[in-house]
Amino acid sequence: MYFDLLRLALPETIVAVTALAVLALGLARGRGAGVCSAVAAAGLLFATAAVLMLPEQANLFGEMLVITPLTSLFKIICLALAFFTVILARGGNTPNHRGEYLALLLLATIGLMLLVGSEELLMIFIGLELTGLSLYVMAGFDKAAPRSAEAGLKYFLFGSTASAFTLFGLSLVYGMCGTTGLSAIGQKLTGGPVLPLLAAGIVMTLIGFAFKIAAAPFHLWAPDTYQGAPIPSAAFIASGSKVASFVVLGKIVLVGFGPAHGSAAWHAMIGGWAPALAALAALSIVIGNLVALAQSNVRRLLAYSAVAHSGYTLLGLIAGSREGFAATLFYTTAYAFTLIGAFGVVALVRRHTGGDDLAHFSALWSRSPLLAGCMTIFMLSLAGLPPLAGFFGKFYLFGATLRAGGNQGLLWLVALALLGSFVSLYYYLAVLKAIFVDNPEFGTPDPESLPSIKLDFLERTSLSLLGLAVIVLGTFPDGLVSLIAASLPPLR
Amino acid sequence: MIAWTIYITFAGAFGLLLMPRFFARWIALATALAGFAISLLAFFQTPYAGSFATVVRVPWVPSLGMEFHLAADGISLTLALVTGLTAVSAVLFSWEVEHRPNEFFFWLLLVIGGSYGVFLSADLFLLFVFYELVIVPKYFLIAIWGSTNKEYGAMKLTLYSFLGGALVFLAIVAVYVTAGKSNVASALDLQQLARYQFSPEFQAWAFPVMFVGFAILAGIWPLHTWAPTGHVAAPTAGSMLLAGIVMKLGAYSALRVAMNLFPDGFQRWRVWIAVLGVIGIVYAAAVALRQRDLKFVIGYSSVSHMGFVLLGLATANVLGIGGAVLQMFSHGVIAALLFAVAGRMIYRRTHTRDLDALSEMGLGRALPFAAFSFVIASAASMGIPGFSGFAAEITILLGAWKAYPIAVWVTGAGMVLVAAFTLRALKQTFFGDAATATLGGSAPNAFGTDPSYVSASPTIVTSSAERSIHRPENLSPITVAEKCGAALLIFATLAVGLYPRLLLDRIMPAVEALRVLNP
Repeated sequence: MYFDLLRLALPETIVAVTALAVLALGLARGRGAGVCSAVAAAGLLFATAAVLMLPEQANLFGEMLVITPLTSLFKIICLALAFFTVILARGGNTPNHRGEYLALLLLATIGLMLLVGSEELLMIFIGLELTGLSLYVMAGFDKAAPRSAEAGLKYFLFGSTASAFTLFGLSLVYGMCGTTGLSAIGQKLTGGPVLPLLAAGIVMTLIGFAFKIAAAPFHLWAPDTYQGAPIPSAAFIASGSKVASFVVLGKIVLVGFGPAHGSAAWHAMIGGWAPALAALAALSIVIGNLVALAQSNVRRLLAYSAVAHSGYTLLGLIAGSREGFAATLFYTTAYAFTLIGAFGVVALVRRHTGGDDLAHFSALWSRSPLLAGCMTIFMLSLAGLPPLAGFFGKFYLFGATLRAGGNQGLLWLVALALLGSFVSLYYYLAVLKAIFVDNPEFGTPDPESLPSIKLDFLERTSLSLLGLAVIVLGTFPDGLVSLIAASLPPLR
Repeated sequence: MIAWTIYITFAGAFGLLLMPRFFARWIALATALAGFAISLLAFFQTPYAGSFATVVRVPWVPSLGMEFHLAADGISLTLALVTGLTAVSAVLFSWEVEHRPNEFFFWLLLVIGGSYGVFLSADLFLLFVFYELVIVPKYFLIAIWGSTNKEYGAMKLTLYSFLGGALVFLAIVAVYVTAGKSNVASALDLQQLARYQFSPEFQAWAFPVMFVGFAILAGIWPLHTWAPTGHVAAPTAGSMLLAGIVMKLGAYSALRVAMNLFPDGFQRWRVWIAVLGVIGIVYAAAVALRQRDLKFVIGYSSVSHMGFVLLGLATANVLGIGGAVLQMFSHGVIAALLFAVAGRMIYRRTHTRDLDALSEMGLGRALPFAAFSFVIASAASMGIPGFSGFAAEITILLGAWKAYPIAVWVTGAGMVLVAAFTLRALKQTFFGDAATATLGGSAPNAFGTDPSYVSASPTIVTSSAERSIHRPENLSPITVAEKCGAALLIFATLAVGLYPRLLLDRIMPAVEALRVLNP
């Protein structure tokens, strides 16, 4: 039994051991901080290898630890995102105490892996808290910067309140069903009406996740955290935490709550929870896109665009079908890699120009063609232009949504999302305009004489890899699509 | 073979980024020439152009039923030909781009490659990918290398295009969901979709959404305002491509996709298309009559000419639609030539496009070749027999006579306006009163003239001090590259005007085979 546990939880164990090792290395004085990064990266690679060696299917302690092709795939994705965050956290991007910082990052990664790999409410909550607590500290890690403290505090206050709601919601659900396993809950709820108590439980649970994915109106922490936190923290909050949250949210609503039809099923929505999610999605798309129009700081702009993207991504869950879930997972994966790349560019620009307002990006094309090119790819993918990942993701997502609605009942939501992405092109183009068109106001008249930004090998490679990944996910999406489709269990 | 136009153009574009800047224009020229040669060969080697014959077909996203499927019929081949033609002359007319040339030609080639892709796609998803691919390069071309109000013009044009794209996207997703169920392997194959019976209620809303989405790019009134602003702001090659090719992307896709997939919806709405087309012809011509900026005149004339295309499409008969395709070719050539003369030959030398200022320079004598080209282009634009514009417009009007006789009457009035504004622009640009200009006494002042400032406030231009700067004898002569580019376009419009069957022999069978005419 315990040997099984060790065998099946080997990836998590490896990451935990690495976290401790990195912490110890960081505390031992006199060692260069580079060693911590190298050890952390190596640990993540080992963990990835361990995930690949896991059995195809396993289930431990009544769904507390579940291994399916899907969980393995998303554990690898979370590990990859953590890996890029470790690279991002090298050099001048993090404050002192890199060992502690990386240890927290690895602990958050464990939380994500637990989230992805569990179908049981208690374990999910533990995963949420482990991730959350690590990320709160990471957001406020830069002790010298008041903005970082503000980011950490805001994230913590909103996050802990949301957790309280979730916990309360989960306890209500447990009270009604008498079990914490998701599939058992699904069986209990099959065909039944949505009682007021259950409705309260569902709504409260959703609040917690809406906070995690930064869906409006629970997004208020996002702009300040994205802007104020150290960049690797912001990148990880925006990518890793979001991917895992979408995986779990999908499982909860589709496996757990999915069968609860109820009287609230209007406009061709399948479950009683769908209208609540649809309201969140619509609000996120409208608020995120409109507010992003007015931003002049790139990180803040990315935060509001993240709100809008959460809205799009929710569409697949609202569809309630297997295809919709697959599309949501594809979209959120593509989004996460795009965003971590974008944050990478922002970090490098910030290090060389001292800020991350739009003005700091001016004439970037001449200072570093690679950074400019990568940022173009990331921004255009976020805007949903071909041949990039965001375009295909949107097509997949909107197709699945429209198909699931039956008689195109969700057409209004798809139309709203497309209108939103039309609006979004303006602010993504504003970033590109700063990079390619604008001339710096302070500097020399000739932008080509500006000092170029030197990147080291690792930065160049990882950014190029991410840019390439975004292109490949857009031009040859079939690999990931069929991988996700094949690994999704059939929904009831 | 025709598929290589796409591959070569994109390969050239990305190759450019790696090359030193000295080679940029040569590589761009070689790429454009290769594309043109291939499209020319393919055009003449296709004996029967009636069927939409597959060129390449490989699975792309099998799990969702998307294919990399290229095909060509007479319509595609004609438009690929005009793409190649305009591409070559656009590169020739941007021979002296010194500012970030690699980037410039990179974006230019992306527009060209994407256009080839749209004209040759036989899979709806693929077509849309190419269609959207063209949007962003246009932004950079205008915002970086443009003139007059360039950032505003670029953003406006891009957002209009993307709005159209969003409408089309919605309709495509709806098509995919509706028709894709029955045919998973090639869910978005255009030929198969054209055979699918969409319900009339579905067509009633999907057709206008999709058609308007595409028609925004074709400059349909009242969503045409991006076109004059964008054309004026764009660099010369950008205007040539925008007016010459990009507006055709919209018209072509509206025909190939919206009309072919939704014949019932088309029948239901086509009278409104005709109405908007006719309004576009007359309104844009009337507006052009009042413009003081030469490029604005040409920009509105483009909208007016694209109104003919819409009218031709709306007739729903072989003559009208065939004429519309011919007009796409013809306008592509003529607009490219007009913009080349206005933007390259005149504006680059005089730094003004203000008609009053130009009329005092006596450019007819100073730049005889420019005057010659502009006369030809104007004649073709007005629809003088012997030029391609006449052949196209008379075919459209013959078709329209069967469908909407009233529209022909109104259009007739519009054509008078077209002639009026064209002649006005021609006279003021080249054959104005030059006597006063050459008498400016003060010494030439070689610096301190900001072109955007000049064209923004015409009163300053006409002051005698400014006039003397641009005395005709200071103008540099027309270069060889410019002459080659112009000669190519002049030859094309004359060839098609004198022998329209050259194109019509290939266009007509393809039009007759279209689903929209064979319900």
